[in-house]
Amino acid sequence: MEDTALVGDAVMVSTMTTSLADVAASGATLRAFLHGLPGVDRVGADQRAATLGTRSIKTTAKAKAIDLAISMVDLTTLEGADTAGKVRAMCTKAVRPGGDAPKVAAVCVYPDLVAVAAEAVRGSGVKVASVATAFPSGRSSLEVKVSDTALAVAAGADEIDMVIDRGAFLSGDYLKVFEEIVAVKAACGDAHLKVILETGELATYDNVRRASWLAMLAGADFIKTSTGKVSPAATLPVTLIMLEAVRDFRDATGRQVGVKPAGGIRTTKDAIKHLVLVNETAGDDWLTPEWFRLGASSLLNDLLMQRQKLATGRYAGPDYFTLD
Amino acid sequence: MMAIFEYAPAPESRDVVDIKPSYGLFINGEFTDGSGPSFKTVNPATEEPLAEIASATSDDVDRAVQAARKAFGVWSALPGAERAKYLFRIARIIQERARELAVLESLDNGKPIRESRDVDLPLVAAHFFYYAGWADKLEYAGFGRRTTNGQGGTKPLGVAGQVIPWNFPLLMLAWKIAPALACGNTVVLKPAETTPLTALLFAEICRQADLPPGVVNIVTGAGDTGAAVVAHPDVNKVAFTGSTEVGRIIARTVAGTDKKLTLELGGKAANIVFEDAAIDQAVEGIVNGIFFNQGHVCCAGSRLLVQESIQDELLAALKRRMGTLRVGDPLDKNTDVGAINSAAQLAKIRELSEIGESEGAERWSPACELPDKGFWFPPTVFTGVAQSHTIARDEIFGPVLSVLTFRTPAEAVEKANNTPYGLSAGIWTEKGSRILWMADKLRAGVVWANTFNKFDPASPFGGYKESGYGREGGLLGLEAYLDV
Repeated sequence: MEDTALVGDAVMVSTMTTSLADVAASGATLRAFLHGLPGVDRVGADQRAATLGTRSIKTTAKAKAIDLAISMVDLTTLEGADTAGKVRAMCTKAVRPGGDAPKVAAVCVYPDLVAVAAEAVRGSGVKVASVATAFPSGRSSLEVKVSDTALAVAAGADEIDMVIDRGAFLSGDYLKVFEEIVAVKAACGDAHLKVILETGELATYDNVRRASWLAMLAGADFIKTSTGKVSPAATLPVTLIMLEAVRDFRDATGRQVGVKPAGGIRTTKDAIKHLVLVNETAGDDWLTPEWFRLGASSLLNDLLMQRQKLATGRYAGPDYFTLD
Repeated sequence: MMAIFEYAPAPESRDVVDIKPSYGLFINGEFTDGSGPSFKTVNPATEEPLAEIASATSDDVDRAVQAARKAFGVWSALPGAERAKYLFRIARIIQERARELAVLESLDNGKPIRESRDVDLPLVAAHFFYYAGWADKLEYAGFGRRTTNGQGGTKPLGVAGQVIPWNFPLLMLAWKIAPALACGNTVVLKPAETTPLTALLFAEICRQADLPPGVVNIVTGAGDTGAAVVAHPDVNKVAFTGSTEVGRIIARTVAGTDKKLTLELGGKAANIVFEDAAIDQAVEGIVNGIFFNQGHVCCAGSRLLVQESIQDELLAALKRRMGTLRVGDPLDKNTDVGAINSAAQLAKIRELSEIGESEGAERWSPACELPDKGFWFPPTVFTGVAQSHTIARDEIFGPVLSVLTFRTPAEAVEKANNTPYGLSAGIWTEKGSRILWMADKLRAGVVWANTFNKFDPASPFGGYKESGYGREGGLLGLEAYLDV
């Protein structure tokens, strides 16, 4: 195991223990490793997530959690109808969500709008994330995926949210998925790489655990649940399993990887349940925007509404909260 | 260091319960004074006295049995569908008053409100619903029909004397009363001395449901009261849940009489984790197996048998998980582990833990702050335990886990069965065929696979060997209350 100075180092193969570095030597070794991970019992995982979902977060804890959640939001617009105007408006909100609420972690847009977003958030500390690699299906050549990534990075993206090839994963071609992640990681340069597993299409929790490890082994800085275009998106049990994966991966390699549930997180209650999962599974080290994000759009206004309710004791109508 | 995300206190309000300063005995539908010296029931989390409780002497017990005998004529003559109406009504009232019952249970017992609210109360109501459904279908339960002279089949036994423990006060009451009433028996029930309050609130619910007087009688008191219930000559059926030691005394008392007897006694269950288990869920199952209800569970998974090849990994994960357990105020909605039920039980847990240490097992508890007042014991794990250690043999009935290892499935079975008890066992493996093989070999009344401490009214529960005899719950649970 490497010392902690290397935590967060992106060039992971060199920082890994020898045995894990050899894992991707061939399709067979990779497969043997991923299938050797402990299984996930669906009933037990669902039950654990449900139990943590009953935590009662009130008063000061709730206020703290709301601000933490706001600071972890990747405020997202991923529509065919997105325009420069729409993205600028969202960026303005991201930097100053309202009142004394903290700014969000990042904005997330399509590659062709990265330049607009980068300009709009410049100097604010809000990062620009871009989906890439033939998002959301990932159905294109590696060449296209790499140039899609390069385009976004060149336009000023700080973070790349790539999708894995679920077809390759489900057909057992783990090495193809691995190599694509490695190639995209290389194209990222200094940009952080979030790897979207699209857990709704992977279907089983065993697959979620394997895909998490596969992405981390290939150099992911973050693992992300979903594109938001497939249902189910981020569920509590899936986030739980991914948190267990990053926790175990750091124990094994010394390298910390972030987690981003995305899609379907709409209410403050949902967001707080996710924070409880982080708190009781991975722990304090992940309770910062650097290591945990919430991919969402409508969530932000609900957080702001609950924040105001907590401060004033009253709910204000939706007209008092701005559109993105 | 202050944690980043500290949960603020989230106490359930106790305003929902109205605890009277004193309680009498519930006999023939009325609350009456007891002739014995009254005693106090205390909140084990604070040692604050909650109420003064009447103590029933053998004369009081006799009054209760007479009331039950009188009511038996009316109750057993009712058509099953009519008895079912009362049971359904009781089940619904329990659901309506669930919050009140849950808070009262946590106050009197010390168990976390999350548990009384999410586990105990739903199961209590489910038990009444389940047996209400059987009341008019007894002829189809497989015990035959009553003969033309009125014998056998669906014939109730008469008056049931029931003595229940303090670990699941209301749930054990439900396990006892629901099948007895469904089959047409009447009951005299003695709740545990340290946890009488929910049984007394249940008495109020019986009145609210217009249950005919004498069908349910509740006599409070200590061991003497229980002994009087068991020994009463006009009791036809004795049902007891509690320690093996008291179970033996009861079996002796009942021997030579024509009373029917069911005993649900102690346990020292093995929770067996194989190297191919789903580790994260197995850790949850181990935690749930031994720290649920502070380990005050007769079927608790108090012996962890872990395959030697994964013991380091598993123990590291278990200890990390134990570090997140929240011990404290039972009424706080975020509490995982509450108070030990009594000073006496705490003393017993401490004594056995000290024996564990002195015999050479390695003791470990996570750093946790325990309240100054009340009865508390931290979640504790002993490693390096052998079958010959006292803590691997004796039931501790507290949040104390003994960890042993095994090498092969056969050795796991051998060690699991190497106990005078046989109430429950758990198996953790992703291999289905091994689950079936193990379940066949384990001499335990309940075998859980990839889960632990799961209960359902439709599933029978009971033990092998010194864990008792007879089954409660499900179809088999009817047999104990019918003249079959």
